Amino acid sequence: MKLLKLVPDNTNIGFVKLRHWAFALTALLTVLAVGATFYKGLNMGVDFVGGLMIEAKFQQPPHLEKVRGVVDRLGVGDGSLQQFGDPKTVQIRLPLPEQGGAGAANAIVEKARKAMTAEFPGVTFSRYDTVSGKVSGELIQNGVLAVMLAVVGIAIFSWFRYEWQFGISTFVAIMHDVLMTLGFFAITQLEFDLNIVAAVLTIVGYSINDKMVIDDRIRENMRKYRKMDMKALIDLSVNETLPRTVMTSVTVLLALGALLLLGGHVLRGFTAAMMLGIVVGTYSSVYVSSSLLITLGLSPMGSEKRASKPNIAAQAERMGPRDDGARP
Amino acid sequence: MLNFPRWAVAGILLPLLIGIFCAVPSFLPDSVVGHFPKFMQTRVNLGLDLSGGSHLLLEASTQDVAKQRLANMEEQVRTELRRGDTKIAIGDISSRDGKLSFMVRNPSEVDAAVERIRPLTQGAGLTGQRDFNVEVVNSSTITITPTQAGIDNAVKSAMEVATEVIRKRIDEMGTREPTIQQQGGNRIVVQVPGLQNPKALKDLLGQTAKLEFKLVDVNANPAEVAQGRAPVGSEVLPYPGNPAGPPVIAVYRQVMVSGEDLTDAQQGYDQRGNTPIVNIRFNGAGGRKFGQVTSQNVNRPFAIILDGKVLSAPNINEPILGGSAQISGNFTVESANQLAIALRSGKLPVALTVVEERTVGPQLGADSIKAGLTASIIAVVAVAAFMFVSYGRFGMYANLAVAINVLVILGVMGILGATLTLPGIAGFVLTIGTAVDANVLIYERIREERRRGRNVVQSIEHGYKEASRTIFEANVTHAIAGGIMLALGSGPVKGFAIVLLIGIATSVFTAVTFTRWLVSLWVRAKRPTEIHI
Repeated sequence: MKLLKLVPDNTNIGFVKLRHWAFALTALLTVLAVGATFYKGLNMGVDFVGGLMIEAKFQQPPHLEKVRGVVDRLGVGDGSLQQFGDPKTVQIRLPLPEQGGAGAANAIVEKARKAMTAEFPGVTFSRYDTVSGKVSGELIQNGVLAVMLAVVGIAIFSWFRYEWQFGISTFVAIMHDVLMTLGFFAITQLEFDLNIVAAVLTIVGYSINDKMVIDDRIRENMRKYRKMDMKALIDLSVNETLPRTVMTSVTVLLALGALLLLGGHVLRGFTAAMMLGIVVGTYSSVYVSSSLLITLGLSPMGSEKRASKPNIAAQAERMGPRDDGARP
Repeated sequence: MLNFPRWAVAGILLPLLIGIFCAVPSFLPDSVVGHFPKFMQTRVNLGLDLSGGSHLLLEASTQDVAKQRLANMEEQVRTELRRGDTKIAIGDISSRDGKLSFMVRNPSEVDAAVERIRPLTQGAGLTGQRDFNVEVVNSSTITITPTQAGIDNAVKSAMEVATEVIRKRIDEMGTREPTIQQQGGNRIVVQVPGLQNPKALKDLLGQTAKLEFKLVDVNANPAEVAQGRAPVGSEVLPYPGNPAGPPVIAVYRQVMVSGEDLTDAQQGYDQRGNTPIVNIRFNGAGGRKFGQVTSQNVNRPFAIILDGKVLSAPNINEPILGGSAQISGNFTVESANQLAIALRSGKLPVALTVVEERTVGPQLGADSIKAGLTASIIAVVAVAAFMFVSYGRFGMYANLAVAINVLVILGVMGILGATLTLPGIAGFVLTIGTAVDANVLIYERIREERRRGRNVVQSIEHGYKEASRTIFEANVTHAIAGGIMLALGSGPVKGFAIVLLIGIATSVFTAVTFTRWLVSLWVRAKRPTEIHI
């Protein structure tokens, strides 16, 4: 049987040569993403802005205008409607009353249920969330804190494990991934809720995984070919790990694709964010973090200087076996 | 590298078998698992988004606790200074800005007053830390300020009691496996799976259920009462169902009997048999007090007060002896039943408000499970097929490892009693995608080593060795992200992080160690001189 090879043997793409173009493109996209996030804003779910969210499932696909009419007649403030892939399911969002707590929220749900049932017999509320302003504020804080801690924590790890340049390049690349994801949500106006924070953290985790593999190979090659030019060395490392990069992206995208198509509407935003993150993360591994190492002036000499420091024993266990010259 | 002594094989297979074994109960119906011994009931719990149900986050106002404590202190001070032979006259009592202050009428008695108050302000703890600070200002005014430690202690014990009361109330509702946990300083999380009517639950938790019986002040001027003014010694309370006009009523401040003296409460019907009421029974002391008061006040009305609102104000037609009574007041069967439950489980020491609620209907939950399951199966099949066409025999080893990994994750979750949520299913699917990453790394490395001209065994050995280091480092960073999610995330984020972290740990084992053993079996049996990878 002939085995599938997505990346042919001895592929040698000059990634580093293209880095200025790539940087320009990256910068442009990042500016776009940040701009979109600021000017368009994120479509925050009730998790983050507080309020009441009702998901109503109708017997027949309803006329949205009719549903909107019912919501407006409730007289509890500005409501908004959103539809998922399923035409029978409509998400209704309402503001929470300032006063009254649980009782008031209950009353609104009951009122809405009555009004909806009168207009659309057989409608059911398949779920509803109410989040008070106080809790939603804490959820935002925790979400932002979690993402920041993850990014910084991972950058520190790669700084200690490798050279400082790796720490910075990883940090920049991951920030890039996070900003891109935010921009995606700003542009598509998909709802940004707690699940998406989990998705962002996962993207951070996956992206770092990807970068570690390449960084690890760069370090290995730096020890192997001490005289090699840094640009050539990074090209070599990225190309050597390219089959793995592509394979893994494909397997993960296959798995997520199944989830996107079949996993139900509740997870759709989550999965979409993750698929985008995989693509962006793979791109930033090759173009942002690896190429940035050159700009930051990483050189094999630098690593040698470090290795000659007194803590040489600590370095030794990471050296791996010497190449025994099997390479032709 | 490719030699596995017998103990090593046992070390690989034993944990995997235990993991798989523990995953089995999750696939069996309740009726079967129920017969298992306790330690074998290692099942994955379904989160509310999958089973349907309600998640409520209740918050107690710490200010309420502090206020109530101050009110109690005021009462204690009054009683203490009025007691005994040497009464100390005080005035200008006010509790503002969270502290209590009053003036001692005769300045020469200030020191004596402080002496008598001090024992009241001592904390109960062994450290003897004060709950309140007592100070004399302007030579005749005494202020009593609660200390932070005192407030913290009071909030803590109030929360403990509140959690217990809530547990009792929910148990009385007959719901299945509720989770009730204190969270942070002043919050309680309540999760009730499969609940059909969350409104009833919230109504039940929303009542403090402080029950009091007080005599109605019939001498009060109705016009003044309507304006909220009551004679000295009386107070005006809301009375929504008042048949005689305005929704307020004046009652004497003194409590005749309170809900603390109850031993039982049941929903019932009145003599005519059609109006729902609540039958209550007092303990010995409460029964005597109730009998005494009702004997002395025949033909006068008394008020039944719940959470500061008058439910009804019936006339005492005859002395109520024997220790039982009934509460009437515009009940439906449901609300009477709720009140009975609330009274049986005791009053909440502090009022709770719902600050977050998530309710998922059972239908959506079932749909989500079905969708998640289908997506997982398709994901496994797609990834497995892709691995097979890319790596042939080695791809199948990886696939076997992934299949075992899925079972082991379920088993570990069962052992930990972890909860599977919808994002958790997404975590599963992602784990399936990333678990093969370790194998991809290894196999690509073996391909590389072959291209460099190493022989089969050397390539395999090198491939595993070199890739293992990378895999380890990549997974540590991945675990950092997962750990942060677990620590800081709430709800869905946590559910996702649990699966991710367990998956990281188990996949390193199955994808690296387990497949290495499989490969070594094959290499030793066949002694291949060429590999197809």
